[in-house]
Amino acid sequence: MIEFFTTTNLGILLLTVGQILLLVVPLLVALAFLMYADRKIWAAVQLRRGPNVVGVFGLMQSFADFLKYIVKEVVFPAGADKAVYLLAPMVSLVMALIAWAVIPFNDGWVLSDINVAILYVFAVSSLEVYGVIMGGWASNSKYPFLGSLRSAAQMISYEVSLGLIIIGIIISTGSMNFGDIVAAQDGKYGIFSWYWLPHFPMLFLFFISALAETNRPPFDLPEAESELVAGYQVEYSSTPFLLFMIGELVAVVLMCALVSLLFFGGWLSPIPGLPDGIFWMIAKMGLAFFMFSMVKALVPRYRYDQLMRIGWKVFLPMSLVWVVLVAFLAKFELFGGAYARWAIGG
Amino acid sequence: MSMVALAFYLFALSAIAGGLFTVISRNPVHSVLWLILAFLSSAGLFVLLGAEFVAMLLIIVYVGAVAVLFLFVVMMLDIDFAELKAGMAQYMPLALLIAVILLMQFGMAIGVWQFADTAEASRAAVAPEGVQNTAALGLIIYDQYFLLFQLAGLILLVAMIGAIVLTMRHRRDVKRQNVLHQMWRDPKDAMELKDVKPGQGV
Repeated sequence: MIEFFTTTNLGILLLTVGQILLLVVPLLVALAFLMYADRKIWAAVQLRRGPNVVGVFGLMQSFADFLKYIVKEVVFPAGADKAVYLLAPMVSLVMALIAWAVIPFNDGWVLSDINVAILYVFAVSSLEVYGVIMGGWASNSKYPFLGSLRSAAQMISYEVSLGLIIIGIIISTGSMNFGDIVAAQDGKYGIFSWYWLPHFPMLFLFFISALAETNRPPFDLPEAESELVAGYQVEYSSTPFLLFMIGELVAVVLMCALVSLLFFGGWLSPIPGLPDGIFWMIAKMGLAFFMFSMVKALVPRYRYDQLMRIGWKVFLPMSLVWVVLVAFLAKFELFGGAYARWAIGG
Repeated sequence: MSMVALAFYLFALSAIAGGLFTVISRNPVHSVLWLILAFLSSAGLFVLLGAEFVAMLLIIVYVGAVAVLFLFVVMMLDIDFAELKAGMAQYMPLALLIAVILLMQFGMAIGVWQFADTAEASRAAVAPEGVQNTAALGLIIYDQYFLLFQLAGLILLVAMIGAIVLTMRHRRDVKRQNVLHQMWRDPKDAMELKDVKPGQGV
């Protein structure tokens, strides 16, 4: 039986599909509750009750929304490019999902343990912009088009600083594999061995860039309700709209996973002596998601020129200087080798 | 057929299809989308060759940045491409001539191409044993060819400065916002509070 799954082509294919389902199904179910949590947190900050009618405490709200979306009619705007119009939400969801192939949840619990894992995530997240651009163009309508132009500029701008921040981490670790990055943060000081301490300013930059990269408030200019109605999503209804929504939220959760892997030691326990495990990873992702929700509730939307200014004139120079600084600190193994983890046996 | 061979034919086919439809599709936006498919397929081919770092760079640089800018520009063009293509027929003989010459050059180059006995083996193992190919590339670029790398960077810098100098027009007739100036404004200097008596006005 085991031989069938490890030697024959069909067996390997079945095993891979099984593993993918084992990752994607819990992820999508968790997403329904994260959506609920997002709305509850948002409501709590504004002293509202939030969803509380469907199910106990409104827990079934996301599933009710899901049903509502899939039974509605798919509307095509007149003059829309049908093929691209339908392709856009699919691209959006698929690009958000395939990045999870390299995200580990525990030591070795990963679908594909590749050398260039972090570059792969970066490459896939740079492709996510296509869903938005294609959707905005194919709708053949003014507001979606403006939204897609905005998002193209915004996502490219913030990818630059995200990439430079990641380079700092790669220099410290000497590897682009997530397993190695987490292993490099394993030390005798527990929470103080993680990268958030030596790479402290970059944690904030990464978090803010992640907000901009996933089009979350306060940087949700591609879909700004008050200016563009809903940007690239205006003409979408039913399941295609649902795919956009899920894709966006999966990308947010992916960024939460990245924050916890790169800066908070993934599945390592914060207190030395306690066992490491998947629950730490999930707890850290939950904490990061809570921060994402709180920012959405607390911060007003940026103006577009402010967004571009802060991306190119503030974040880019800061992260560039940081890369040079980290390269220097790592090369000469200053601060007890805190920046040169490969040297101290990470 | 092994999985790798299957993946190779899949990527090769989609790369060729992408290239073909880039040329023949009527809508320029569709052309760019097909071009992106061709880029992605060739990245897949790189992965199959064991050059995963180059594959990821291809996606990040070409698909993630360059092709987005292509799409950005092409989407905003308002040109009737059918009209432009109507005049293509008169250039056909010239295009065919160039194509034939290129084909003959390829034939001459590849016809006399000789493969070393070790070529097949060295293609299968891109990096030396025990070294990841990212690290191997890094050693070659930053140690062995350090000067060339720096010179390439210098050329890019010059090109960038040139582009900025050529396109920058500093217009004086528009009002600009200085964000730092706005942030440093003090309420005490900017406004004055008056205690207005009811019924009297200011």
